[in-house]
Amino acid sequence: MIETNIDIVKKGLGKRYRAEKRFRIYGVCAIAASLIFLAFLFISIGTNGYTAFQQTFIRLSIYFDPEILGDTTHRESLASANFPAIVKQSLLKMFPEVQSRGEKKQLTSLISSGASYYIRDMFVEDPNLIGNTVQVWIPADDDVDMLIKGHTERGVEEAERRLNNKQLGWIEKLERDGNIEKRFNTIFFTAGDSREPELAGIWGAASGSFFTMIVTLLLSFPIGVAAAIYLEEFAKKNRWTDIIEVNINNLAAVPSIVFGLLGLAVFLNFFGMPRSAPLVGGLVMTLMTLPVIIIASRAALKSVPPSIREAALGVGASQMQMVFHHVLPLALPGMLTGAIIGMARALGETAPLLMIGMVAFIVDVPSGFTDPATALPVQIFLWADSPERGFLEKTSAAIMVLLTFLIAMNALAVILRKKFEKRW
Amino acid sequence: MKGKKIFAGLGVAAALTFGAITFNSNAIADSARDYISVVGSSTVYPFATVVAEQFGKTAGFKTPKIESTGTGGGMKLFCSGVGVQHPDIANASRRMKKSECEMCDKNGVKDILEVKIGYDGIVLGASKKSSAMNITRKELFLALAANVPEASGAESLVPNPYKTWKDINPALPANKIEVLGPPPTSGTRDAFVELVMEKGGAEFGWIKALEKSDKKEDKDKFKSICHTIREDGAYIEAGENDNLIVQKLDANPKAFGIFGFSFLDQNGDKIQGTPVEGVVPTFEAIADGKYSVSRPLYFYVKKAHVDVIPGMKEFLKEFASEKAWGEDGYLSEKGLIPMPDDERKSFTKDVQTLKNLSCGDL
Repeated sequence: MIETNIDIVKKGLGKRYRAEKRFRIYGVCAIAASLIFLAFLFISIGTNGYTAFQQTFIRLSIYFDPEILGDTTHRESLASANFPAIVKQSLLKMFPEVQSRGEKKQLTSLISSGASYYIRDMFVEDPNLIGNTVQVWIPADDDVDMLIKGHTERGVEEAERRLNNKQLGWIEKLERDGNIEKRFNTIFFTAGDSREPELAGIWGAASGSFFTMIVTLLLSFPIGVAAAIYLEEFAKKNRWTDIIEVNINNLAAVPSIVFGLLGLAVFLNFFGMPRSAPLVGGLVMTLMTLPVIIIASRAALKSVPPSIREAALGVGASQMQMVFHHVLPLALPGMLTGAIIGMARALGETAPLLMIGMVAFIVDVPSGFTDPATALPVQIFLWADSPERGFLEKTSAAIMVLLTFLIAMNALAVILRKKFEKRW
Repeated sequence: MKGKKIFAGLGVAAALTFGAITFNSNAIADSARDYISVVGSSTVYPFATVVAEQFGKTAGFKTPKIESTGTGGGMKLFCSGVGVQHPDIANASRRMKKSECEMCDKNGVKDILEVKIGYDGIVLGASKKSSAMNITRKELFLALAANVPEASGAESLVPNPYKTWKDINPALPANKIEVLGPPPTSGTRDAFVELVMEKGGAEFGWIKALEKSDKKEDKDKFKSICHTIREDGAYIEAGENDNLIVQKLDANPKAFGIFGFSFLDQNGDKIQGTPVEGVVPTFEAIADGKYSVSRPLYFYVKKAHVDVIPGMKEFLKEFASEKAWGEDGYLSEKGLIPMPDDERKSFTKDVQTLKNLSCGDL
């Protein structure tokens, strides 16, 4: 029998189908594996961190005793007024059996050391409280918080616990009377950093990141787009532009710590800008994101079909009119996508910030571009390195906040692309 | 047309930002800094930050900014000059080196105040699930050095042959040697090498003779014997993050971890401290010097800045107050081991009189 072409094809057909099937299975496996990793990441962060959005509070009836507070008419004397004594007094009233000095100290350690500032701020807002008794929910100490949330065991021996048997007894009494409960943790979203887990918040780091990103966006986007347009549409192709192109591609792959060192040498040492300022952080991030934006913008310009350019030039448009009236509007969605992805990378960066002093403990929330500030990923790093158990959940919660920002930015990039994208 | 407008807008934005930056940085160079800037050791960081926070909330000044740069990096920044762009205080988990003091001097930082704040114990921790194992510094040296003296007693080195603790001392369990510890960049590692490995090595007469020898090459040899940690997997570099070590110990009861006392203090329900030379690392044992593996912590103040930066004197006073570094102070709650009474008094006096540190004393 003579073997015809169709026979050869038929013989190999089964093998080819099998190969295709195998390839599809590999693909599904690859996607499944990455989804499992992603799910694992989200679940472990989520289960560790969701408890941080709640905080244990203890209800106290605070009596603003005029005798203890003394003169409260002036701002200066208010700062030194004895608010800690007021908190202590109301606690002791709840547990009249506590007498000795040591026991009193153990009792007051159930309440956050920030409680007196809390009460002070309340009083500053409403000075008429003097002489009155108010029911206030006060944040509990982080050891109590961890116990209530079940992150520390109640069953282990007394010596190994942060809270002793007496303190446990008091907490159980508070629980029976309904004077202790978990509430939504507003402190976490409104406060700056603190060394007390119950007083630490993400807002300081978030505003630091915000100021840094504003500087980065305002500088890197215009410069990046201008550079891309010139290189793509106006510059002649010669050795110089080749060298520039190679350099830009190289810069995009440079490790970020190098930009930090550059920032230290140029912005801090040469120009004498302040350490730890979002302004300098933004400048360093600009250097880092510029190559990314230039490359993305050039790709976007390249994807605009030559027919558009030729048609514009054909009806008498100048080179510049052709670019700004016809090519740029079509390329802009792609450029924006590149910019947002570059910004998202900058948002998650810590290494360059280390060199310019933004890896720091900063309590006051920054209010401008030159105030000392830190950034979200730095805050995560600092909390992860803190010994207190309470910071464990705070770390995961901060990661969730950062991820939310990143997802929002990437989603924005996708939406912009979908909305303005034109297909030919 | 739209594209042109967008582009013009972006151009204006870039120009404005550039303008703002040049204007801003000029303005900053002229005006003084109104907050204290602290740099230095990551070991002192958890204590300095507590004081800073307390100070910011009560004293009516801005909260000091504290950077965790490591002791060496902090010294470099601190010694780079006098002026508001340079930090005011450097934290250190060891004493300032003579070379650092000379560098300070060369850059015009001539008057420095040295303050010891307390002690930090270095702990060999293990999971609560394991039974405690009493260990000596000599055994630790034999377990972790890259090259150890021959078991026969000859004065020569062999690559570390010990696989289990039992190989070193028959009284110890037959568990694989597994120690999680900090990388060489860490101050905790420096202190561990100095307090455990050097002392452990010096238990061998001929190694001790090298240390005491006047010849530089002998001293170098001593250092290379005691400072080189084995790299065959028995010592696992676990990064600078002590929390990670604590979690890994909890998962692997046979492993040990090296970290600061404050982590043991905070995780007493999961981790136990291994007794070294028969002494369990407790607050009391470190405070009265019975536990041998502890180190002093310091900070250094640039005296030229004391009257320039607002709040410097008050901050020093807060740090050197009984309610901060005293026996029952809030720093002891964070795991700092207070100095004995007379030592505290002497340093409080140094702070009040702003005593000068001379490089010759180091």
